[in-house]
Amino acid sequence: MVAKVYKPCIPLSAIATSSTHGEDSPYFAGWRAYDEDPYDATTNPSGVIQMGLAENQVSFDLLEKYLEEHQEVSKLVNGIGGFRENALFQDYHGLNSFRKAMASFMEEIRGGKVKFDSNRIVLTAGATAANELLSFIIANPGDALLVPTPYYPGFDRDLRWRTGVNIIPVNCNSSNKFQITKQALEEAYAKAKKADLQVKGLLMTNPSNPLGTAMTRPVLEEILNFISSKNMHLISDEIYSGSVFSSEEFISIAEILEESGYADAQRVHIVYSLSKDLGLPGFRVGAIYSYNDAVVTTARRMSSFTLVSSQTQKMLSPMLSDVNFTKNYIKTNRERLKRRYDYVVEKLRECGIECLHGNAGLFCWMNLKPLLEEATTDGELKLWETILKDLKLDISPGSSCHCTEPGWFRVCFANMSIETLDVALSRFTSFMEKRRKT
Amino acid sequence: MTRFSRASSNPSPETNPAPPRLKSDEGPAMRIIVPLQGVVQGRGGLVLGSLLPCALFYFLQLYLKSRNRPSQSPPSSPPTTLSTPDDHHASPSSPPSASGSTIHRTLSRGLLSPRSHPNVSSRAAAVARPDEDSLYYVGYKKCLRDPFHRVDNPEGIIQLGLAENRLSQDLILDWLEKNAYGALLGGDRPGELNIMGLTTYLPFDGSDNFKNAVAGFMGQVLQESVSFDPSQIVLTSGATPAMEILSFCLADPGNAFLVPSPYYPGWDRDIKWRTGVELVPVPCRSTDNFNISIPALERAYTQAKKRGLKIRAVLIANPTNPTGHVLSRDTLIDLLDFVTEKNIHLISDEVFAGSIHGESKFVSVAEVLESEGIDKTRVHIVYGLSKDLPLPGFRVGVIHSYNETVIAASAKLARFSSVSAPTQQLLTAMLSDKQFISNYLGANRQRMRRMFLLFVDALKQLGIECANSEAGFYCWADMSRYITSYSEKGEKKLWEKLLTVAKVNVTPGLSCHCIEPGWFRCCFTTLTEEDIPLVVERMKRVTQGPK
Repeated sequence: MVAKVYKPCIPLSAIATSSTHGEDSPYFAGWRAYDEDPYDATTNPSGVIQMGLAENQVSFDLLEKYLEEHQEVSKLVNGIGGFRENALFQDYHGLNSFRKAMASFMEEIRGGKVKFDSNRIVLTAGATAANELLSFIIANPGDALLVPTPYYPGFDRDLRWRTGVNIIPVNCNSSNKFQITKQALEEAYAKAKKADLQVKGLLMTNPSNPLGTAMTRPVLEEILNFISSKNMHLISDEIYSGSVFSSEEFISIAEILEESGYADAQRVHIVYSLSKDLGLPGFRVGAIYSYNDAVVTTARRMSSFTLVSSQTQKMLSPMLSDVNFTKNYIKTNRERLKRRYDYVVEKLRECGIECLHGNAGLFCWMNLKPLLEEATTDGELKLWETILKDLKLDISPGSSCHCTEPGWFRVCFANMSIETLDVALSRFTSFMEKRRKT
Repeated sequence: MTRFSRASSNPSPETNPAPPRLKSDEGPAMRIIVPLQGVVQGRGGLVLGSLLPCALFYFLQLYLKSRNRPSQSPPSSPPTTLSTPDDHHASPSSPPSASGSTIHRTLSRGLLSPRSHPNVSSRAAAVARPDEDSLYYVGYKKCLRDPFHRVDNPEGIIQLGLAENRLSQDLILDWLEKNAYGALLGGDRPGELNIMGLTTYLPFDGSDNFKNAVAGFMGQVLQESVSFDPSQIVLTSGATPAMEILSFCLADPGNAFLVPSPYYPGWDRDIKWRTGVELVPVPCRSTDNFNISIPALERAYTQAKKRGLKIRAVLIANPTNPTGHVLSRDTLIDLLDFVTEKNIHLISDEVFAGSIHGESKFVSVAEVLESEGIDKTRVHIVYGLSKDLPLPGFRVGVIHSYNETVIAASAKLARFSSVSAPTQQLLTAMLSDKQFISNYLGANRQRMRRMFLLFVDALKQLGIECANSEAGFYCWADMSRYITSYSEKGEKKLWEKLLTVAKVNVTPGLSCHCIEPGWFRCCFTTLTEEDIPLVVERMKRVTQGPK
């Protein structure tokens, strides 16, 4: 390690020294606790079980099988006569074949209900980069984006850090299952106006992280009307679209747009990624799909800072274009996630813990309000600490997600083996039993 | 003149369903005129009753006019399938710009109220503008639309404006064919595929294994004159984001870097764009062999200070781009003294460190630091695998810094620009194959030298002399004898002629901020030996053609 002498005489930027990376929240503190004491069935059975990371490990065997059966895709070279086409070079358009493959995969996830034009896809190294890029593109420093709560803690960093853009929360609560209402939207907008902030767009996650619910048609239409009337952009982060347990229950904003003949479509931008549905977060594959030409052009140029490795594009292209593979993968992945979800919710219910009724995602939204000593953020954080220290479970407190109602927690279940999941659930069970006795 | 005088023949399908907001001048004006009538009608007397309301009304008109001047960019065109190359903004008329004007509105297509289209930020608008001022990108795009191909398009534009090295890619492809699948296997049993290690989240600044491999490669490139500590490097998806992330860490918006020129045109976009950092060119002269002059840096620093511009760093490339020189040890020491005295940073972009074809030995600033005992926390190196290895598509860049805070901040920012996991795994294997790397570097050096000499010789036949380059994929050619007026305009004319008549894309010195007209950067590493006579023939159309 380099010598720990920081000479304060050579100044750095505000960005380098600020804490807008947001990594001081309990969401991240929990991860660190896991890193310091990670659970392992044999070597560390009393370690922390990571339930705060939304990773999908339930279907990677399907990917392995494909790569084993198609070894040539990893060689990256197609011999055609004497001329070898290779993936060593690319420019910011990315490989055509890969953009087509992404479009095809995205269509498959939506059950063929929408069509995507591969020329409108801009590849980025992950959805994190896609969201930041859009924030740079649609807003100036000092402007604001509306984001419905509870939301993914990473947005505080991804949308604000380097961009200088503000987030105004659109508050949702359990009275109506955390759905976004017109009133909440108007309230948030008015708040921004009062603070003299220009609202440039709304960013919604569908299906929602951390709620694990897909948005309904009436809500989507309401949102479209709202952003239209306020002349704003709409970013629909659909990275969990392939993780909706039943394909009929997911309605992409693309569907609503297609049905209405693309009226106002150029306000709308969809973010996608292979990190959740395909369980490939390490591959760093994200995409922006925009109906707005200026945004596509600009995003493409700006993607120079965040291109997807051509090797990765070359490897995944055949797999994502293989409709037999993708149909089966999507179906199997959905079934496995649903099974896990039902299993977790049932086991939690048995020991007296209720969850929000969800139909998507790699996590459930757990209601621990009855366990709070006081119905405040402090009360929630106290409970979070207890669960981390005593149960050795890292779950994410709702306050990190800007939930206005204390007592809700996000619990991830797809990033571990079923055996580890059982251990985690048994820890909940013992905890609840102990509480009942006292 | 109404705003929407040019009616569209194909009305756009998406008219805004919401009723347009009242835009007329009459509305707000009426609210003031009516009470004024009271004054006019009698209470103010003749003078007050007539002059005052007239004056007020006059100023009101001025006020309303200035308020109605649009301050946002005009609407973008409706979402049609993009049939033209993606890079090309589909709007047929004027490009969007950050400073709108009424004239823009009349030229824009459609009957839509401007308010029905959400605008892009001024940051984005500046970028979406066609690059009329950067010939570097104009030439590149023209080449994309009409690329030379020996068989399929022999009359196409020959690309000499892109620093890509295809001379030795066959060696890489051979290695991949033999080793790529094996490199991706992670299983316990031979031949068993286990992709778990690939699929999960890795540290955003690169896995430890890959960092070790890259640090080792950097040492090998420098022939082990320096040993790099993996904990002092952050890996990013290319040198482009490495440079930008570093800029975000070292400077605030409105600050500036001093940059000896001519310099790599890409920096104007990569560094200035989103960070808001300015680049101040510090010209080097041909009489001085384009060497860096410390007195010139001093003058530039003082002038900047006078203008209220805060300089945060000196940015150099070593080897230099576009001139292809290897900086001397003395120059590096002088630079280090300069930045120490001013208490600013030094950024050294060393992407071509392993692409020396000449006799000089490359000295990294890291080597000088080690021997000279200078405060290391102000020195940062940018590196990558896009030049010394022909892997620009794989996106691997490096920030190397001795400054703990810079490393910590860069590591966090790397989340927006991480290296793909299978690429990390594949290249860990390739870079660890030291024998292969050594063979590659040696063979590539020979091929580059050969091509460089052939190309420089060919240009000589045309009466074009080149600077004494020793590194990089290009030569720095003096074509001033062929420009009609010794000026920027003359250089631009020559560049256009080369592009449209000779159909050869080269990079004009003015894109590199060279103050002496007539210099052009010509890349030779995408050519085969057979291409060279063709390039000569093409260029003769200009050099021997009518002026």
